[in-house]
Amino acid sequence: MSKYYTIVFTIIVSILLFIVAIACGSDTPAAPTTAPGPDVASVKSEVVANYADGVHALYSKSLDSARVMDQAIDSFLNNPTPSALEGAKRAWLRARDDYGPTEAFRFYGGPIDNEEDGPEGLLNAWPMDESYIDYVDGNAQAGIINNPAQYPVIDTALIESLNEEGGEENVSTGWHAIEFLLWGQDLNEDGPGSRPLADYTTAPNADRRGTYLATASDLLLVHLQDMVDAWAPGNSGNYRAQFLAMDADAALTNIITGIGELSRGELAGERMTVAYEARSQEDEHSCFSDNTTADIVGNARGIQMVYTGNYGVVSGPGVQDLVAISNSALAARLATEINRSVALAEAIPSPFDLHLRSTIANSDPGREAVLRTIVSLEEQTDTIVSAADEVGITITVS
Amino acid sequence: MGCALFGMGGGSPAPKLVLVEHLGGDTTAFTNTRNAFGLSARNLEGDERRTFAVGNSFFRQNWVTAPASTEARDGLGPVFNALSCSSCHFLDGRAKPPDSSEDPERGLLFRLSVPGKGPHGGPSPDPTYGGQLQDRAVLLVPPEGSMIVRYGEMPGKFDDGEPYSLRAPAYDIGGLTFGPLHPEVRLSPRIAPAIVGMGLLEAIPEADILAMADPEDADGDGISGKANMVWDVRQGKPVLGRFGWKANQPTVEQQTAGAFLGDIGITSSLFPEENCQPTQVECRETPNGGAPEIPDERLEQVVFYVQTLAVPAMRNVDDPQVKRGAEVFTKAGCQSCHTPSYTTGEHPVQAVANQPIFPYTDLLLHDMGEGLADGAGDFDATGREWRTPPLWGIGLVETVNGHTMFLHDGRARNLTEAILWHGGEAAKSRDAFRGLSKEERSALIKFLESL
Repeated sequence: MSKYYTIVFTIIVSILLFIVAIACGSDTPAAPTTAPGPDVASVKSEVVANYADGVHALYSKSLDSARVMDQAIDSFLNNPTPSALEGAKRAWLRARDDYGPTEAFRFYGGPIDNEEDGPEGLLNAWPMDESYIDYVDGNAQAGIINNPAQYPVIDTALIESLNEEGGEENVSTGWHAIEFLLWGQDLNEDGPGSRPLADYTTAPNADRRGTYLATASDLLLVHLQDMVDAWAPGNSGNYRAQFLAMDADAALTNIITGIGELSRGELAGERMTVAYEARSQEDEHSCFSDNTTADIVGNARGIQMVYTGNYGVVSGPGVQDLVAISNSALAARLATEINRSVALAEAIPSPFDLHLRSTIANSDPGREAVLRTIVSLEEQTDTIVSAADEVGITITVS
Repeated sequence: MGCALFGMGGGSPAPKLVLVEHLGGDTTAFTNTRNAFGLSARNLEGDERRTFAVGNSFFRQNWVTAPASTEARDGLGPVFNALSCSSCHFLDGRAKPPDSSEDPERGLLFRLSVPGKGPHGGPSPDPTYGGQLQDRAVLLVPPEGSMIVRYGEMPGKFDDGEPYSLRAPAYDIGGLTFGPLHPEVRLSPRIAPAIVGMGLLEAIPEADILAMADPEDADGDGISGKANMVWDVRQGKPVLGRFGWKANQPTVEQQTAGAFLGDIGITSSLFPEENCQPTQVECRETPNGGAPEIPDERLEQVVFYVQTLAVPAMRNVDDPQVKRGAEVFTKAGCQSCHTPSYTTGEHPVQAVANQPIFPYTDLLLHDMGEGLADGAGDFDATGREWRTPPLWGIGLVETVNGHTMFLHDGRARNLTEAILWHGGEAAKSRDAFRGLSKEERSALIKFLESL
């Protein structure tokens, strides 16, 4: 470029810059009236990080209350009295309250339910064929407990290997196995199962039953500990580290898929609609202890926690904050729907199986309460899908 | 032979396939996870989703021996092949045959027939064991026998010299409980297929399917295409068969109720009699789980579930290799039977009505040659004829079910072997495939894997 052209070029550039400066100046008031919008990318990272903290906190809390349950079971087995059995049952119910919300962390192949070693099927499989574990009404010889010839030693390896062997309902481990061993079959119209204390003292195979209960409880702690470890901070080799290193949109796809799938396919569908439509007690979630209503509330709260980012012990930006950046009306609508579902679930009268009797009409207040909760969960799922769209994420749920 | 959207005039150049992601119209689900076959049609409405959920539960969970406290799910057997629909159609997908007779793998069954026609023109069952071998039974009832599968290798070569080997099966029955089979009995092994898009196939107008039939090959293209007219139990008359490996079932409802009885031992209003042959005393004396064991309302929920499983979307439609594969597909004449597309007509389930769909099947019977023949007639189907199976979802079988075993008995270990087994009317297309370059063969497989 010659000197002449350089000068002309310099002049032109100067004029252009001047014009740009004027143009910009006319658009930019000296004192801005609106703060610059939040940086979407950094909010996404914050939501993901807070989620990882929340997951770790909730699994830790669940492990803590499961340990209390395990101790209560051990004390009961050391000294099987009616009050010790009641104590073990109460501890199971409290521990269930803490496990319920963690089900929002399923459905994307994370630590809880990845195909290789996710323990979900060992922790929470249901419904179960009770006669696979122990005697049932009409068959005193049934189950692993009453077959010492075939299963001489009951230990964690045995019951883990027998879980879902030969069929999805052959459940030998987890929350509902423990529940069945504490309560027994629910043959009562208006209360939970009432397993006789003699099952742990003088009945046939009482010692094997006690061993089974203690073993199932130990195994539950092992699997919950695995979840706590997978999400623990400060370990570069665990799932949490991978999760935080993944593209934020991929992590958010997992996070939102989890609450979307729990909301409709699992909670509204599998756990409520099937029991509601089929009116079959074996399809309610905690059929031995009559804890189904509390289970439903726990799941609904898990969705609420992930959406708001408030996990109780840990709190920070949630999916709601991300959606609100571009569409505050949508973010608020989903918050209202999720809160409504929790409230409706809490309003379902207990026990849940009262609403499944073949003799009551759909207009019965209890059945209406169940259906209202189902409809609310279904509605919120459509909004969850829209909220995902709003932040540029496509999720596919049942 | 006519085609729904693609004219197939003899001698004219092969039509170009239109590749779209929405293989199942508005039902199409965009997913490639392990649950890719298990999602509801995307266009279901609120109440319908609830029916789907209930149907799903009864499709997936085990039936138990009657009487049981689980009253809604008792009535298993007395003789059966599986405890639930999902134990064979695992995750709504495709089963694979057992590796050996000890393999607990479920999903293969043997139909039994003797020469001649049975009731309503259907197969004539074995006089002692009936129309299907049930290899399991409830406690205190003897199962009928066990399936024996053996394989040999059959080597061959592509025209370019690359060798391949096909796995040729031989079937037998061991441990027959009630004495010998009829001397002329035919074993027809059949595997559980993936069940996506069944409602859409049911909604294809009958006239569109019949228009493609050319049983005498009047147009001289070497492809006949024969409609199987089968017995409709509810209507009490012969109608067009659409489902099953020989198109021997007319509706999703009859297919489902037939499988409930034949495979699980669950009676319904459509098939109210337990599956116990005259000599099977223990079977006949076993308590049942109600009459029928599955009430109509529940059966309809399972049928609705099967009708409304979403077809997964096609992947990689813009991939040049996939486009190339689609060209090879038509160049080899595959679309003569694997008819690409239709528009569905009216159907009681709104979600599947009036949808543009791409199932890649004509739902007609074709002579597939001696290699695949089972020798067993089934209504109008001869022992060499099979129904063209749909190809949608075929590329996701590996993701969902962890294997790539194809054809009616799962003998093919991958798509290439499945194509190489084609004979009879399809021999020309198979030979064309053998004559392709390696690059063209890979492109064709890539195209199929994207469906």
